[in-house]
Amino acid sequence: MNFDLNKKTLREVNQHLQNVDRKKNTRKFEILNPQGQHAICAGLKDDIDVTVKGHTGYYCAGMNQKATVTVHGNVGTGVAENMMSGKIVVKGNASQSAGATGHGGALIIEGDASSRCGISMKGIDIVVKGSVGHMSAFMAQKGNLVVMGDADADLGDSIYEAKIFVKGKVKSLGADCVEKKMDKKNIGELTKLFKKLNISEDPKKFKRYGSARNLYNFKIDNVGAY
Amino acid sequence: MCGIVGIYLKTKKYEKHLGKFLSGMLDGMATRGPDSAGFAIYTKEHKNTFKYSICLNEIKEKDFKKKISKFIKKIKLTSYADHVVLETNEKPSKILDLLKKETSEVSLVGYGKSINIFKQTGNPKDVVKKFKLSSFSGTHGIGHTRMATESAITTQGSHPYSTSEDECLVHNGSLSNHNNVRRSLVKDGQSFNSENDTEVAAGYISNQISKGKDLEKTLKNSLKDLDGFYTFIAGTKDGFALLRDEIACKPAVVAETKDYVAVASEFQAMAHLPNVNSAKIFEPKPGVVYHW
Repeated sequence: MNFDLNKKTLREVNQHLQNVDRKKNTRKFEILNPQGQHAICAGLKDDIDVTVKGHTGYYCAGMNQKATVTVHGNVGTGVAENMMSGKIVVKGNASQSAGATGHGGALIIEGDASSRCGISMKGIDIVVKGSVGHMSAFMAQKGNLVVMGDADADLGDSIYEAKIFVKGKVKSLGADCVEKKMDKKNIGELTKLFKKLNISEDPKKFKRYGSARNLYNFKIDNVGAY
Repeated sequence: MCGIVGIYLKTKKYEKHLGKFLSGMLDGMATRGPDSAGFAIYTKEHKNTFKYSICLNEIKEKDFKKKISKFIKKIKLTSYADHVVLETNEKPSKILDLLKKETSEVSLVGYGKSINIFKQTGNPKDVVKKFKLSSFSGTHGIGHTRMATESAITTQGSHPYSTSEDECLVHNGSLSNHNNVRRSLVKDGQSFNSENDTEVAAGYISNQISKGKDLEKTLKNSLKDLDGFYTFIAGTKDGFALLRDEIACKPAVVAETKDYVAVASEFQAMAHLPNVNSAKIFEPKPGVVYHW
């Protein structure tokens, strides 16, 4: 089923996609002429498949549950923000804060992602085939950020327990983020993730980064301050 | 919030459509800045002719013409809503002095050999229609839609700000040390017409350029001298430059084809441009000066 955003309003299209009749068989949709509009495919909650042909604006596929959304173009700020489950694939580049606060599911960006990719992520898996901008995985709590290309300055600043894997160069690490040993367990986890997402990469070529746990843990030395 | 846009034509193909392109871009950014709008459009210069874009405020065009004609003989006035473009061969030093002393009831928006600059309060969709932006041709242009934060919703508070010949600036963001910078620039001879933070940034750029620094170097210096958050587009006779502060909270996206380079706060402002879907689209990096 096709929706042309030159002919239908975004609200009509989103409402249709958010309320798909389970008894009907149509679970495949295509959106044409997105023209950079905001919140395309936001709030989907069913196991449907949506292809967007063109560039989207902010918060594309935000709050997604179960749905698979593929964007044949670039996406604006906050793609898949606060996503719960499902899969979002971006064929082009992503703007800032891709996958912000995502709880689950997978976000795959085939191009580059700009600043603060995975900010405050809470369990989502984000795979960026290109590079990520500065302050990526800022305050990231849970989940995996996998970068095939390079990471710009201050990667993983104030990170909690999310894991970062980078194949290329890291310009600099943010506060309390350190390189960690890539052991057998980590290689196994990454192999599993690649298999699940159908990605052919060698996990051994990645370096792992994570929290030094100096910032967010209570230090007994500071007890006098309270 | 505010929206900023800019378009630079690499070839002559779309020169006649420049106004139409820029108008559509401002339309697309009306959601980011519904309070006021403005734009600068650069056209080819004619030898010694200087153009002065003037907002008449409450004054009637014929009264202004009568008054100014007393002081300068050869002038051409073209009217655009409540603005006029005054063309003359007289040197800027004379005209600027004249406008200040004899016709202080009108406000100079900007001047130069190439720049035409207009700004007004109201929804951008109405402002572009009022000034018939679609009818303009040119080589490059920048524009702004404003959601006021730092100063009142007035013509003087609208962007672009032009503080020197053929220079202008649009800004999305806000500066926190503008009062300090303004004070030191005033000491250095720069004058300001508003309380607006962006005018200070424009003055800062003019001041540095007047000391012989180029635009790229000036913008690089602004990273340490101007405190706040911003995406700037600074226009000159030859093109424009783009800079985001090092935190880069304020958005910007660039689309480049073989015919043009377009910059906007959001992609939807450029969705109407020809072949934009096959353009090279990227997000400018924080703290890096881009110029075309």
